[in-house]
Amino acid sequence: MIEFDSVTKEYPDGTVAVGDLSLRAPTGEITVLVGPSGCGKTTSLRMINRMIEPTSGTITIDGEDSGSVDPARLRRGIGYVIQHAGLFPHRTIVQNIMTVPTLLGWDGGKAKARAMELMERVGLDPAFADRYPNQLSGGQQQRVGVARALAADPPVMLMDEPFSAVDPVVREGLQDEFLRLQSEMGKTIVFVTHDIDEAVKLGDRIAVLDVGGRLAQIASPAVLLAEPASDMVADFVGRDRGYRALAFTGGQVRADDEPTVPLGASVEDARAAAGGARWLLVLDEEGRPAGWVEPAKMAAPASADFLNRGGTVARADGSLRQALDAALSSPSGRGVLVSPDGALIGTVPAGRVVEAIEAERVHRTEGGAS
Amino acid sequence: MTWFLSHLDDVGVFLAWHVYLSAVPLVLGLAIALPLGYLARRYRWLYPPLILGTGLLYTIPSLAIFILLPLLLGTQILDPINVLVAMTVYTIALLVRTVADGLAAVPDEVLLSATAMGYKRFSRLLRVELPLAVPVIAAGLRVAAVSNVSIVSVAAIIGVSQLGSLFTDGFARAFLAPIVVGIVACVLLALALDLLILAAGRALTPWLRNRRAS
Ligand SMILES: Nc1ncnc2c1ncn2[C@@H]1O[C@H](COP(=O)(O)OP(=O)(O)O)[C@@H](O)[C@H]1O
Ligand SMILES: [Mg+2]
Repeated sequence: MIEFDSVTKEYPDGTVAVGDLSLRAPTGEITVLVGPSGCGKTTSLRMINRMIEPTSGTITIDGEDSGSVDPARLRRGIGYVIQHAGLFPHRTIVQNIMTVPTLLGWDGGKAKARAMELMERVGLDPAFADRYPNQLSGGQQQRVGVARALAADPPVMLMDEPFSAVDPVVREGLQDEFLRLQSEMGKTIVFVTHDIDEAVKLGDRIAVLDVGGRLAQIASPAVLLAEPASDMVADFVGRDRGYRALAFTGGQVRADDEPTVPLGASVEDARAAAGGARWLLVLDEEGRPAGWVEPAKMAAPASADFLNRGGTVARADGSLRQALDAALSSPSGRGVLVSPDGALIGTVPAGRVVEAIEAERVHRTEGGAS
Repeated sequence: MTWFLSHLDDVGVFLAWHVYLSAVPLVLGLAIALPLGYLARRYRWLYPPLILGTGLLYTIPSLAIFILLPLLLGTQILDPINVLVAMTVYTIALLVRTVADGLAAVPDEVLLSATAMGYKRFSRLLRVELPLAVPVIAAGLRVAAVSNVSIVSVAAIIGVSQLGSLFTDGFARAFLAPIVVGIVACVLLALALDLLILAAGRALTPWLRNRRAS
């Protein structure tokens, strides 16, 4: 656990970047520091590994005052990832990843084997091992940055807007993989971002900082969205927080059986299966939803080329937000629900999802649980 | 040409001296400019006076230095040491700024991540900052090499032999051949040093080749 105890940082020019901050980042969890630009997120993060020294207050890591540990030694035990990865341009990818093990005096062969293993874990082609950072894309460099931070298997990781400089699609992929990695590793992570969506997606706990580095609220994402503690927090988490909070609401919705045809089905089969309905769901070879067709307009067998793929697919065991989105985005108005392995379970109309949301809300407020 | 062939030995000796008097100061000058440049980079307030001071050194006429140095060092006027010292001073004058600027060109996020990984200050300088400053420093060294080759020839006037002696000799006898040979040899030497440093710089910066090969 990382614990801030009344930590203040005042820069020599008088700027109070962090004001009397007390918070805990529990072991094995992702604690996100979020807040507007200039609110002291980076300063707070860098005080943990003593890249910046607090003006007053203490920071302890697993009970040990970080101010009492030799800074270089402290840092070798803490993974650190920054926005533009900050890779060493003059070192190959594998050498970059080997940085901390080398500083710790590991045997070269062992350090290299570890680096190769990590490349695989963060989803990097081993063929990149001997390339230089300038030969990689931004997203790939960021993966190297994560691998480098993990190289010596530190229990603590500090991440400063690590995914903000890559495009949204790549960012989403990096976030998903980061969550997968974390579910395997269970590191104690402090993650800084200015993006509330990223905070909600990644954080086990979210600390919202206000200008001057004051803690406005610290809570789980669901509580933060449902019960913002102040106008500042409410403003910051944004207008559609009601809808986004659904991401944390699970609930049972009954699925209807949905008529389907396999890819390649003939026009006649499709029209017969649809039984007069306008839209018909098509499954791929593995029985997973592939998209929708309009049998009345079909001129050739159902092929992947002319499917309507507008609808999102929700896991039946997932959140009500996914289910609602699946229904709202489906051309037929029927949201597609699947099992964890992607097989079709059935469909659900938006109205029924909303009823489930309402039932869930009543259950929560009357049950007294929050 | 016939003059050149019949004086091959003399020209060879002159050339060897010229290489010695211009290349050794290059190495010494770099060795001294590195810590000075580092200081100018690390303590920002030192940058202006250091750069100005070393820059001024370069403006002192070489002949004046050659003549004044024996007084300062207590050496004989004909002693090649004077030339070595003078050329080292010129090299420092050119390289302090180069080193400071080369170190300044290392991206902030690279310094930041090096510190965050647990590099101590000196090993960060040695393993991260200097390697990344190589392109800038090599460029400065090339300028200094060519400048040294040219300035060293002036030392012929005070009687320290090297290729410049061919000019004084040719001039004294109103004889063109040695002058031409001296010029050609100087140009070739400057070119050779330049290429050598270029090649060394390339060898030390493999990451600057085949960018974005993927
Ligand atoms: N070295 C510094 N000297 C003076 N002020 C600084 C320094 N570094 C940051 N600040 C100020 O401290 C505040 C917090 O900065 P920072 O921690 O970088 O915020 P964030 O990461 O949340 O954007 C800002 O107002 C910033 O301008
Ligand atoms: Mg920041």
